[in-house]
Amino acid sequence: MNPTMTKKLLLTLLAWGIALIVFFPIFWMVLTGFKTEGEAVATPPSLFFEPTLAGYHEVMARADYLKFALNSIVISFGSTLLALIVAIPSAYSMAFLPTKRTRGTLLWMLSTKMLPPVGVLMPVYLLFRDMGLLDSQLGLTIVYMLMNLPIVVWMLYTFFKDIPKDILEAGRMDGAGTLQEVLYLLLPLTLPGIASTGLLSVILSWNEAFWSLNLTTSDAAPLTAFIASFSSPEGLFWAKLSAASTLAIAPILIFGWLTQKQMVRGLTFGAVK
Amino acid sequence: MATLQLNNIVKDFGGTQVIKGVDLEVKDREFVVFVGPSGCGKSTLMRMIAGLESTTSGEIAIDGQRVNEVGPADRGLAMVFQSYALYPHMTVEDNMGFSLRLAKVPKAERREKVLAAARILQLEPLLDRKPRALSGGQRQRVAIGRAIVRNPSIFLFDEPLSNLDAALRVQMRIELARLHEELDATMIYVTHDQIEAMTMADKIVVLQDGVVEQIGSPMELYHHPRNRFVAGFIGSPKMNFLEVEVRGADAEGVDVALPGGDCRVPVAGDGVSAGDTLTLGIRPEHLVLDEAGPLTGRIQVIERLGGVTSLYLEHGDSEWILVADGNVAHRVHDEVRFTFDPACAHLFTADGLALAHLTRHPLADIDRKENRASSASDGR
Repeated sequence: MNPTMTKKLLLTLLAWGIALIVFFPIFWMVLTGFKTEGEAVATPPSLFFEPTLAGYHEVMARADYLKFALNSIVISFGSTLLALIVAIPSAYSMAFLPTKRTRGTLLWMLSTKMLPPVGVLMPVYLLFRDMGLLDSQLGLTIVYMLMNLPIVVWMLYTFFKDIPKDILEAGRMDGAGTLQEVLYLLLPLTLPGIASTGLLSVILSWNEAFWSLNLTTSDAAPLTAFIASFSSPEGLFWAKLSAASTLAIAPILIFGWLTQKQMVRGLTFGAVK
Repeated sequence: MATLQLNNIVKDFGGTQVIKGVDLEVKDREFVVFVGPSGCGKSTLMRMIAGLESTTSGEIAIDGQRVNEVGPADRGLAMVFQSYALYPHMTVEDNMGFSLRLAKVPKAERREKVLAAARILQLEPLLDRKPRALSGGQRQRVAIGRAIVRNPSIFLFDEPLSNLDAALRVQMRIELARLHEELDATMIYVTHDQIEAMTMADKIVVLQDGVVEQIGSPMELYHHPRNRFVAGFIGSPKMNFLEVEVRGADAEGVDVALPGGDCRVPVAGDGVSAGDTLTLGIRPEHLVLDEAGPLTGRIQVIERLGGVTSLYLEHGDSEWILVADGNVAHRVHDEVRFTFDPACAHLFTADGLALAHLTRHPLADIDRKENRASSASDGR
């Protein structure tokens, strides 16, 4: 075997190793969901067992899964759409009409992500209470939109920056106003990037738990709250919890699987030219 | 009808002036070339005319109308970009018809106009392709086609050929000259390539550091450069320069001292007196190998191009480039003697200005149109 082959083999093995380590907890969770509560806590853990849907039956009987799922869908897609609507014009102005403060503004936006959310829980909670946004889909949508906005603006900014200025100037010579420039030239050209940004925002919103647990109780509670409701004061029921978690991540897992090509293409959009 | 006037145009980028008061008059159907080294402001000047760059002060007028405040699309201009700037997600047809689509021209009419332009540029078979499926030359033609479709009063070309390989560049150069004739439009063309400037222009504008150094026909710039910069910039290989001492000056010309004896250059010697130091300029193609010549040099490098041979000579601390016949037998390190016709020489004062020639070169005022007229009457 020549050295490049060896290197390739080692890298492949390494990649598989990392993938397995990352995937194992999910695999174990899915497996546990099909066990009885007794099997779930057995030591040594049993790999071969008779699968049962008991956990799922109990989970479905205790909570309205569909209501939670619908909340998750509405809130994560709604917040993503809102974030894109706000971020596209901002990223446009920063990418094509930069001022001395553009760089600073971008960094400032990102710095808000470094703030621990719990630090602003109190004011946000009080604001929401006074505005009647507690436990509402709209309230959570706004919070998620604001939460993802810095990342969305940053990503769109980098995608927009990759568009040659000449193309937009040619558009202006051809008579395109700003709106037409964005609609006919910029958006079609950066569609892969916008799509992957949107997908990332959907996934981040879907998986968000801190705000959903603190700002919702029942009406607007998404799937993260659904999972949390199964860790009860009486103790953890691992099989049920795993079944609930599996149900909660299934939609986004399938969604991610279907769109992974788009994701990868979008995330490497600027890099490979 | 499309004329353009620039009146004392200034562009200031945050405190640095990149265009320092340019005046220019472009006549109807004229082919004007802006030429100069990179960073001289020629592209900025064109972008100001296009409306892509604001004008700090001065006035831009098209057909006598001030357009400073008019947006780029409404000035009636079309621009061909150096990078072509085609819309990558649109077909050739949509690229060419984009301006019409924005202007809400009905589809049938749009197609008709695009087809007409495509016919001129032989682009018909490519109309359904996307830009990435085209070669460099084809992309270039689409970019020109997109400009033609707009039926502009003035075409602007920003170094349109610099991304093409040498052979294609020559071909496109000829095609552009043909297009200028066919469209009968006013064209402004930016390039750093003096060959493009010389071959295509009716009028060349030489720029340096945001200042116009000279405006004139190609032959005028070649034979009567206004200053040392223009003299060095126009012509290839570059003009030779040599510091010389003035022996005397009168109405017949200026006598200067050369290593091999004095020489009388027929230029106006007003204000020049014996003892002054001037710079003599002589083009490599005007130096002639001559066994009895007053100048000598040792050959450092020989470049044989077949038809002509460039000799790089050294004499003391002065260097000369001499363009000789293709068949010279000399070798490197040979010592050669050479001379020149003083009528072809130029003299520049210490501040770089040329002393005016006493007689004007017969071709200095010929423009490209007259070139064409005479070749047409050649009986071809």
